[in-house]
Amino acid sequence: MSLLELKNVSKIYGDLHALDHVSLKVEKGEWVAIMGPSGSGKSTMMNIIGCMDKPTEGEVLLDGVDIAKESAKNLTTIRRDKIGLIFQQFHLVSYLTALENVMVAQYYHSVPDEKEAMEALERVGLADRARHLPSQLSGGEQQRVCVARALINYPEIILADEPTGNLDEANEEIVVELFRKLHEEGTTLIVVTHDPEVAEVAQRTLVLRNGRLDHERINENFTGHMKLN
Amino acid sequence: MKKRKMYFRMITASLMRRRSRMLVALLAIMIGATILSGLVTIYYDVPRQMGAQFRSYGANMIFTAEDEDFTLADVEQGLSYIRDDELVGVAPYHYESVRIHERVVMAAATEMEGAKKTSPFWAVSGRWPQAGGEIMVGASVAETFRLREGDAVTVAYTPEGQLGDAEEVVWDNTLDFTVVGILDTGGSEEDYVYMSLEDMQKLTDKDISLDVCELSVQTTSDRLSQYAEQISEDVAGIHARLVKRVTQSETTVLSKLQALVLLVTIVVLALTMICVATTMTAVVAERRKEIGLRKALGASDGSIIMEFMGEGLMLGGIGGILGSVLGFVFAQAVSVSVFNSSISFRFVLLPVTVIVSVIVTGIACLMPIRSATNVDPALVLKGE
Repeated sequence: MSLLELKNVSKIYGDLHALDHVSLKVEKGEWVAIMGPSGSGKSTMMNIIGCMDKPTEGEVLLDGVDIAKESAKNLTTIRRDKIGLIFQQFHLVSYLTALENVMVAQYYHSVPDEKEAMEALERVGLADRARHLPSQLSGGEQQRVCVARALINYPEIILADEPTGNLDEANEEIVVELFRKLHEEGTTLIVVTHDPEVAEVAQRTLVLRNGRLDHERINENFTGHMKLN
Repeated sequence: MKKRKMYFRMITASLMRRRSRMLVALLAIMIGATILSGLVTIYYDVPRQMGAQFRSYGANMIFTAEDEDFTLADVEQGLSYIRDDELVGVAPYHYESVRIHERVVMAAATEMEGAKKTSPFWAVSGRWPQAGGEIMVGASVAETFRLREGDAVTVAYTPEGQLGDAEEVVWDNTLDFTVVGILDTGGSEEDYVYMSLEDMQKLTDKDISLDVCELSVQTTSDRLSQYAEQISEDVAGIHARLVKRVTQSETTVLSKLQALVLLVTIVVLALTMICVATTMTAVVAERRKEIGLRKALGASDGSIIMEFMGEGLMLGGIGGILGSVLGFVFAQAVSVSVFNSSISFRFVLLPVTVIVSVIVTGIACLMPIRSATNVDPALVLKGE
């Protein structure tokens, strides 16, 4: 059984078909990139997989459960327990330190554990910046805090929306390197990106166009490392 | 770390690290609490303050004889019903017809220190009698007999049985006095001469009974009525009644003042609530992204409500504590400038102000927080 399976999923807003009968499967431990131009339905798909929206039609099976049929309350629980989110804009709580931002995810999931949160920051190389506020961190550092927050609860899937969109090349490499490590540890990664270089690192790339799955590319030479220019 | 600890860590971080925004809300709550605490202090202190002011309008209770006359011993018994700290002054009066230069004048014998307190509005040029042989005369009497301060005057009294068949005086008691003060009230008091009870006893050569006793009591009108009722019932020979003119106007002014204070308090509370609600609405609007993020991280609506409510209630508590202290300062300033006397801090107002502030803030936060739970994480995280 696939970890995630979309069966004929559509999302319709009035006359607009943001997603149009999309079907796909993501296996446990897989690293998948989703690409496509603006308006292709990437964000809609991200919201549906991230349990923040429901499809108009079709089934979305996450770990065998059709999340399309779940209530908003259950979706919150599923999102909390199974999904780690990484955003392009980082979305850190401005008045909490890096460490506290990681602990917030623990707080909603189970019980906050400062030691464990610190270990997560160590994994992303930010142990020495743990007591800093987001405003005192660079963009790359903020994104690494966001990664630490996403992985702190050992989610089934890490869902990253344009994770390198606001980063310079050096920080982009750092974040991709973190993804590679997570992949090695068996974490399932779904990365929505505009950046072909980031997409190329993934095992498989799905390309969306006009709400439909246009084509799919398998990275035959998958290493998880970015190609250096 | 326990969840509760993290909860307080988040709330305090929000309050401490977002000071500029929270200061606005805190200021609103603090001002509201200050005015609330100040006005409630004044509300409870006004009767005492106004009571003291009203005492300058003279006696508010009088004892009269139930049948014929009564004595100082009866007065003492009546006074035992009134709390010492409420009793401002007592002036027992005995009236007698006397003669000065063969013309009849009414003499009032009283205890001068008591009379000063029950009739503080009496204007005396010179001074009040202090020793035996001193007399104070009303302005009208002074004019009739051309008496001035320092003049000597002989007062005559005809004892019973010393008046002949043709109304001629057979025998007179006389006593020499020195005029020490002229009384000017603009009222009938100017037609009397005033001497001590001891001098009256000497002059009349008989035991002094009382015609009336004036009392000035600083208390509420209800309590005053209770005293009057109790004394009339329990003390034989005395009928206690209130001086309606004074007690009535005191009650009317007090109730109007208290109603005004109450009204202002309600208006201030409503304004505080509106101010806090507006600020919290702005806070929620400003933090839509954060709310969206928290929901995306798995926060339930209940958690969001708890967090914002926690912040609101903590602000309410801090504002309440600061406000109750500042409220006392405010009430003290009002009391000193208006009533010229200080007030004591009522500790019971501290928890009351804090609780009211917390409740008002909680109510004010309800609507904005409710709107916070409607935030769609997908939309706000996309920046829409």
